[in-house]
Amino acid sequence: MYRYLILLTFTLYFGSMLLAFFYLSRPGERAIQWATYLLGAGFLAHTVMLGLRFYQSGHFPITNLHESLSFFAWCVALIILVVHKRFGISVMFSFATPLVVLFLALSLTTGSRLLPLPPILKSYWLPIHVILAFLGDAIFALTFCVSIMYLIQERHIKKKKMGKLMRLLPSLSLLDQLNYRLLSIGFPLLTLGIITGSIWAEYAWGSYWSWDPKETWSLITWLVFAALLHQRLTVGWRGKKAAWVAIVGFGLVLFTFLGVNLLLSGLHSYGRWS
Amino acid sequence: MRDLITVVGMNHKTAPVELREKLSFQESQLPLSFEKIREINGIKESAILSTCNRVEVYSVFKAQTSNMEDICAFLSNFHNVPLEAFKPCIYEFSDDRAVRHIFRVASSLDSMVVGEPQILGQFKDAYGFAAQHKATGIILNRLFHKAFSVAKRVRTETRIANSAVSISFAAVELAKKIFDDLSACRVLLIGAGEMCELAAKHFINAGIYEIYVTNRTFSRAITLAEDFGGEAVPFEDYGHLFEKVDIILSSTGAPEPIVTADIVARAMKRRKNRPMFFIDIAVPRDIDEKVHDLSNVYLYDIDDLKEVVTSNQQEREKEAKKAEKIIEEEVAHFIQWMDNLEVVPTIRQLREHADHIRKAELQKTLTKMKNLSDKDRQAIERLTQSIVNKLLHGPSVLLKQTEKNGTGSPAVDLVRKMFQLDGPEGRRDSSSRE
Repeated sequence: MYRYLILLTFTLYFGSMLLAFFYLSRPGERAIQWATYLLGAGFLAHTVMLGLRFYQSGHFPITNLHESLSFFAWCVALIILVVHKRFGISVMFSFATPLVVLFLALSLTTGSRLLPLPPILKSYWLPIHVILAFLGDAIFALTFCVSIMYLIQERHIKKKKMGKLMRLLPSLSLLDQLNYRLLSIGFPLLTLGIITGSIWAEYAWGSYWSWDPKETWSLITWLVFAALLHQRLTVGWRGKKAAWVAIVGFGLVLFTFLGVNLLLSGLHSYGRWS
Repeated sequence: MRDLITVVGMNHKTAPVELREKLSFQESQLPLSFEKIREINGIKESAILSTCNRVEVYSVFKAQTSNMEDICAFLSNFHNVPLEAFKPCIYEFSDDRAVRHIFRVASSLDSMVVGEPQILGQFKDAYGFAAQHKATGIILNRLFHKAFSVAKRVRTETRIANSAVSISFAAVELAKKIFDDLSACRVLLIGAGEMCELAAKHFINAGIYEIYVTNRTFSRAITLAEDFGGEAVPFEDYGHLFEKVDIILSSTGAPEPIVTADIVARAMKRRKNRPMFFIDIAVPRDIDEKVHDLSNVYLYDIDDLKEVVTSNQQEREKEAKKAEKIIEEEVAHFIQWMDNLEVVPTIRQLREHADHIRKAELQKTLTKMKNLSDKDRQAIERLTQSIVNKLLHGPSVLLKQTEKNGTGSPAVDLVRKMFQLDGPEGRRDSSSRE
C-alpha cells in the first residue's frame, strides 16, 4: 500500500514537471493549469502516504533519511502551491517542480523499512523542530528557484537578447521582491527551527548546543541568510547580488541536510544513507 | 439555397484617409442608416463598423437576391459622394470569404498595427448599435458572437498581441520587464525631439507615477512639462533627480555624452541599488556606454531598440500564421452552421432522429414480449411509425411554409434546438456560449 502510494505520488509530480517543461516550449495557460492540478493531486496522495506512515509507525515519519527526504519534497510541493496561488507566476513551475521530483526520487533510492524508533527521538520537540526547519528550508528552495529565474532574466536584459524565455519570465523587480519576501518568511522559520532544536537537545543530550556538525552548519546557513537580510535593508544588496547569496544559502541548506549526514559524523547521524 | 453574408467596405490599405473620413458614420447617423439599408431589396440583417481605419457594412441577403451594388449605392447616397469617387477603393466579400474577413478584422489581423487591441472594442460597439436598432438577426448575432470568441482564441492561443513593434512601445515593454509595475516609476525626459516625446507619451499611457522634463532652453522644458502634466527642471539641476527617477529618456543635441558612468554610479549608491533604466535616443549618444556595465543599471540606445523591434516583428509574423489557422477552422464551423440552417436537411435530420429513437424503443419492448405473433409485431411497428409521422407532421409543415415565406432561419434554428439535432446544448459550438 505504502509502496503504491509513493509510486502514485511520484508519477503525479513527474507529470506535473513534464507539463511545466512543455509549457516552456509551447506556452499556454492550460498546460500550467494541468501542472497545478497534477501537483495538487500528487500533494494529496503524498499527504495520505505520510498519514499512513504515521499510522503504521506510531510516530511522526521523519526519523530516517527516506522519510526526511519524502517530507521535504512534501514541504516544497506545499510552498510551490502556496506561492503559485499568491503570485500566479506560471513559469515558476518549470523551475520548481524538478526539485520536488528530485527529492522524492532521492527518497525512493533510500531504504524505506520501518525501524524501531531510537529512544532519543521520542519527544514532542522532534516534530516541531523538524517541521519548522523543513518549512524554512522549503521556502529557501523556492528562493533558490526565484534567484535562478532572476539571473536568467537579468542576463537577457543585460545582453539585450530578446527571447521566448524573456517573455515568460516576470520582471526583475517582481522576482527580486519575491526573493525578499520568501526570505523574510523562511528566515524566522529557520531561526525557530534552530531554537526548538536546541531546546530538544537540552532534553535529549543534556546541553543546548554541542557543536555537532549539523548544528555548526545550520548556524553558518543562518548567518549567511541573516547577512543577506541585513545588507538588503541597510546598503541595498538586491538584484544579482541577493540572488547569488540566496543560491549559496540554499547550497548550504542542502549541505546541512544531506552533506553532513553523508560526510561528517555526529549526534544527528540517524539519517545515514542506507 | 442559404442566405448570403456579405461585406462591403474599405480600409487603410485600400483608401486614403480623406476618403475614409467622407464615408465614415457618426454614431448619431446610425439609426437612419439602418433604416435606409433595410429598404434595399432582399436584405435581412445589417451592421456597420466605422473606425478611423475602416468603414465596413456587413449584411445578410435573402438567398439569390444579393446585390452588393445596392450597398455601394447606399453609401454613395447617404454620404453624398459619387460612386466613381470611391468604387475602386471598395472591397466586396461574400459567403465564407466574408466570414473570414470579419473574423480577421475582429482578431486584429487586418489592422494597421497587427494585434492592436482597440479594434475588438470598436467591433463590439458596432454590434451593440446594430443590435440595439434591431438591424441584426439570427445570422449576424451568431456571427458577431462567434467573432468575439475567435478574437479571444487568437489572443490567448497566439502571442500576436504580445510583442512591441514600435521603438517607443518596445522601450515601455522593456521597462515593464525591469520594474513590473510602472505606476510607481518616475521618468525623466532630457532634451526634446519627436521620437523622445512619442516615447514619453507611451510611458504616460502606461501609467507612470510622475514625469520630469529638462532642457537646455528652460522655456521649452516648461511647455513640454505642461503638455505632459509633469514638472520642468532646470538643466543644471537634473543630476540631483537621478536619486529618485527610475527611467531616463534622453535625446539632446550634445556632441559628447552628458551622462557619465561616474554620476550614475554615485546615484546608485544613494538609491540603495534600486534599478535604473536609461533610454538613449540621441545620435550621437547622450549616455556613456559604460553606464550599462554598472549593476542594476540598464542602458538601451536607439540601435538596441531597433533590434528588439526587428526580433518582435519576426515573432509576430510567426504568430500571425498560427492565428490564420485558427480562423480557417472557425470559418469552416460557421459555414457548416449556416448550411444546417437550411430547411430540407433539417427536416431530413429530424426524421432520422425520430426514427432512430422509435427503432431503439421498439427493439427494447419487442425483446421483452417474446410470445407475440408476427402479425402482432407488425401491428405494433406500424403503430409506432404512425405516431412518429403524426407528431412530426406539424414541425415539417411549419418548416416548409417558412421556407416559402423566406423566414426559414429562425424556425430552423428553433427546431434544431428543440430536438437537439446538434447534440445536447449545441455541443458543436460550445465556444460561443459565453
